[in-house]
Amino acid sequence: MAGPRPELEAWQDPSAAPLVEIRNVTKTFGEHYAVDDVSLSIYPGEFFSLLGASGCGKTTLLRVLAGFEKPDKGSVLIGGHDVTGLPPYSRPVNMMFQSYALFPHLSVADNIAFGLRQDRVPRAEINDRVADMLRLVKLEGYGGRKPDQLSGGQRQRVALARALVKQPQLLLLDEPLGALDRKLREHTQFELVNLQQRLGITFIMVTHDQEEAMTMSTRMAVMNEGRIRQVGTPSEIYEHPNNRFVAGFIGAVNQFEGRVVDQQGDTLTVHSDDAGAELRVRAQHDVIPGTPLAVVVRPEKVRIFAEPPPPCDNGLTGTVEEIAYLGDVSIYHLRIAGGALVEAQLTNRARRGAAPLSWGDQAWVCWNADDAVALLE
Amino acid sequence: MSARRPTLVFSLMAFGYAFLYVPIVSLIVYSFNESRLVTVWAGFSTKWYASLMHNDQLLGAAWVSLRIAVMNATLATILGTLAGTALVRFGRFRGRQALALMVGAPLVMPDVILGLASLLLFVAMEQLVGWPAGRGMTTITIAHVTFSMAYVAVIVQSRLVRLDPSLEEAALDLGARPWKVFFVITIPLIAPALAAGWLLAFTLSLDDLVIASFTSGPGASTLPMVVYSSVRLGVSPEINALASILVGLVTIGIVIAGVVMQRRAARAM
Amino acid sequence: MPSPFSSKGVTRLGQALRRRLRLGQGAVAGIPLLWLTLFFGLPFLIIARISLSEVVIGLPPYSDLLSWAEEGALQLRLNFANYMLLWQDSLYFDAFTNSLRIAATATLACLLIGYPMALGITRARENLRIPLLMLVILPFWTSFLIRIYAWIGILKGNGLINNFLLWLGVIDEPLALLHTDFAVYLGIVYAYLPFMVLPLYATLSRMDASLLEAAADLGCRPVCAFWRVTVPLSMPGIVAGSLLVFVPAVGEFVIPDLLGGPDSLMIGKVLWTEFFNNRDWPVAASVAVALLALLVVPVLLFERSREKEQDA
Repeated sequence: MAGPRPELEAWQDPSAAPLVEIRNVTKTFGEHYAVDDVSLSIYPGEFFSLLGASGCGKTTLLRVLAGFEKPDKGSVLIGGHDVTGLPPYSRPVNMMFQSYALFPHLSVADNIAFGLRQDRVPRAEINDRVADMLRLVKLEGYGGRKPDQLSGGQRQRVALARALVKQPQLLLLDEPLGALDRKLREHTQFELVNLQQRLGITFIMVTHDQEEAMTMSTRMAVMNEGRIRQVGTPSEIYEHPNNRFVAGFIGAVNQFEGRVVDQQGDTLTVHSDDAGAELRVRAQHDVIPGTPLAVVVRPEKVRIFAEPPPPCDNGLTGTVEEIAYLGDVSIYHLRIAGGALVEAQLTNRARRGAAPLSWGDQAWVCWNADDAVALLE
Repeated sequence: MSARRPTLVFSLMAFGYAFLYVPIVSLIVYSFNESRLVTVWAGFSTKWYASLMHNDQLLGAAWVSLRIAVMNATLATILGTLAGTALVRFGRFRGRQALALMVGAPLVMPDVILGLASLLLFVAMEQLVGWPAGRGMTTITIAHVTFSMAYVAVIVQSRLVRLDPSLEEAALDLGARPWKVFFVITIPLIAPALAAGWLLAFTLSLDDLVIASFTSGPGASTLPMVVYSSVRLGVSPEINALASILVGLVTIGIVIAGVVMQRRAARAM
Repeated sequence: MPSPFSSKGVTRLGQALRRRLRLGQGAVAGIPLLWLTLFFGLPFLIIARISLSEVVIGLPPYSDLLSWAEEGALQLRLNFANYMLLWQDSLYFDAFTNSLRIAATATLACLLIGYPMALGITRARENLRIPLLMLVILPFWTSFLIRIYAWIGILKGNGLINNFLLWLGVIDEPLALLHTDFAVYLGIVYAYLPFMVLPLYATLSRMDASLLEAAADLGCRPVCAFWRVTVPLSMPGIVAGSLLVFVPAVGEFVIPDLLGGPDSLMIGKVLWTEFFNNRDWPVAASVAVALLALLVVPVLLFERSREKEQDA
């Protein structure tokens, strides 16, 4: 995902033509709204993630794109063509299934060749392209095996090769790493991103794993109860969540409910009973005093002190209730005057033993108004 | 996928069901026919049911069949359960191959062979050891148990395979002895399979003509044997009445079983 | 006394437990094994032995293989005449080929009718699946004999079909339907259809639905997905179902006897006639042995497919 990028990303360029346009798509199963009025544009070359808990509608949306589900309302355009009514076998889209869905009765090579045979590609060309794909996913020599003779990681690569061999404009990936163990998953994340950049194919991935979405995607959409709650780059989503759901879903967060008491320029003063204090936070827009909102701040932005710190935008004090040592970082839970718990994260630069704080100690926390976000929604 | 209903498949399926049920329905309809000519409708009547109730030969044969079927089902369930348990739980043991083969073969073996084989055995045994003296209900029951225990074993096997062995291991771990585990844990868990096996063995026995014909002796005519000799003479509305009663009983049984299964499935969700 | 938790105690307890277990296992496996060997295995040896005897008047109506010759030597006389008869008399040979032909055709017809049914049940709404399966099984629980009998009323000269066609004016005089090969096919298909549908349903319902989606995703239309994914994956069910129909159908007696014609002999009926009408036990036994020899391959095939099923 690293690497030089053009000044203006495709999604920021008003003249860019999206590869996939989802317009007001709604899909219900009985009474249940699986996808509820979703609109989304995805641009060529993107690695786009749909992130959400299970049952949030992300898989249904992916299946609408693949053509397995027909939306009740709305339309889907791929490359400018309306494909809403097209069956899956007529779409320029391929999918990698969560279960991989490898045909157990066919060899690895025949699995990969399956899609090419449908298009009546000449035999010699099929053999070449299958060989190319086996090389691409580092499975040379495995063409004759049956899927049940492969490891989980190898099966995952066969599924990928089978979906890529038809050179689709768009590849859909349903939890592509979900069945792999942790170590293999991290390794495969990078391989998948490299492959995507090399081939230039647009990827849309469904995942419930926020870390995976953050590392791999150019942009992501956070979904909940059939709706998209926020679309943006990983850093936008993490640093500037625009509603309570997204803030709470991605990463850990301290959240204080309160009401606006004052606005000075772009700085809001919020009175929060949770915090038992007035909090200062940067405002995105003007807010009328009295408006209820939430102030959220990430634990790693909260500094913790054993002694009263120099004055800062937001300073609170309380008792250390929990300390969790995670190796690279330690996490402190502080019970403050308002009764809320504040989580602060401290990088362990020095070896342990020199910890200045212990259970039951009084401690001070402090963060900048710039590091917190005010959420109305 | 769900958007497109495979209409071709469903119409072919409907044809299949029609094929299965038209004969049965026609059988029932003509059991209420006034005329002895089964195919000419001469008005509604229940007289064939009444005359069935006075057909002592049929009723006697039904009683013989019923007793054999209950005996057979019980024995076959016990033996089949033992065989199924041995095949699933004991891994490789001496005689496993033989047991597996002898449990599987009766499922497809033609009746005439099973019947002839059993009869010749009984004749030879009578010659050698004097038992069984003559043939009748005992020999029919033995022959029926031999092939219907295979069906029970298969049902028990498929249930046991899906059973989590850690349930039994947990009981062993908690100090129960193997026999106790079998009766307190295994048997209750496979009870539905045992019930299904018992019913299947019961039906197979009640239904069998060929094996019973070979292995029966004087005075032990089963219901199918009597029905067969009457059917050979031509169509008889009494048989239609008998068939309708059987279909009715089976339908009630299956509907009850179906409702219980659906309820249980609903509760499991 | 060592505590049962000391290492020595544990091994001793384990040994005792294992010994007891082995004893129990012996009984569990031994009782059915003994029963089947006595009442299922042994009879086949007796059949083989009697098939090599001569028919005699008496009880039992066959000769001994072993007899005492004059010098007190044991004499073994094997009589292969019964097998020669099977080979030479076209009646038996034709009956065998007829049986195989009829059973094979009926099996194919069963597959053609049963496959859409099994597929339809798997594709039906979830709450309909159990009732639909029950409807397939229900006829199986009613009397086999009576189901065949029902077809007599439908097929005979003044039966349902002929009456209907006469009434429509399609035909002028009744068609000969009963006592034909066609009636036998119909009877076999009708009686054995559930045995085809159930194993097919078992494999089809276990099939991962995403495989069909994957096929569609890769450009395969429903018909193509059916032939290239559904059918190959349901092969175990096709094999099991076909054998469950074919093997018993080859030796079927009731259906050819009640529905078949006098000239379309099937081997099960021949065996029955030899035994009950001609009282020729040795020939009946040799017919059984020949039939078994014919069916050994399919029976073993069936066994293998069942074992595989169990391992899966």
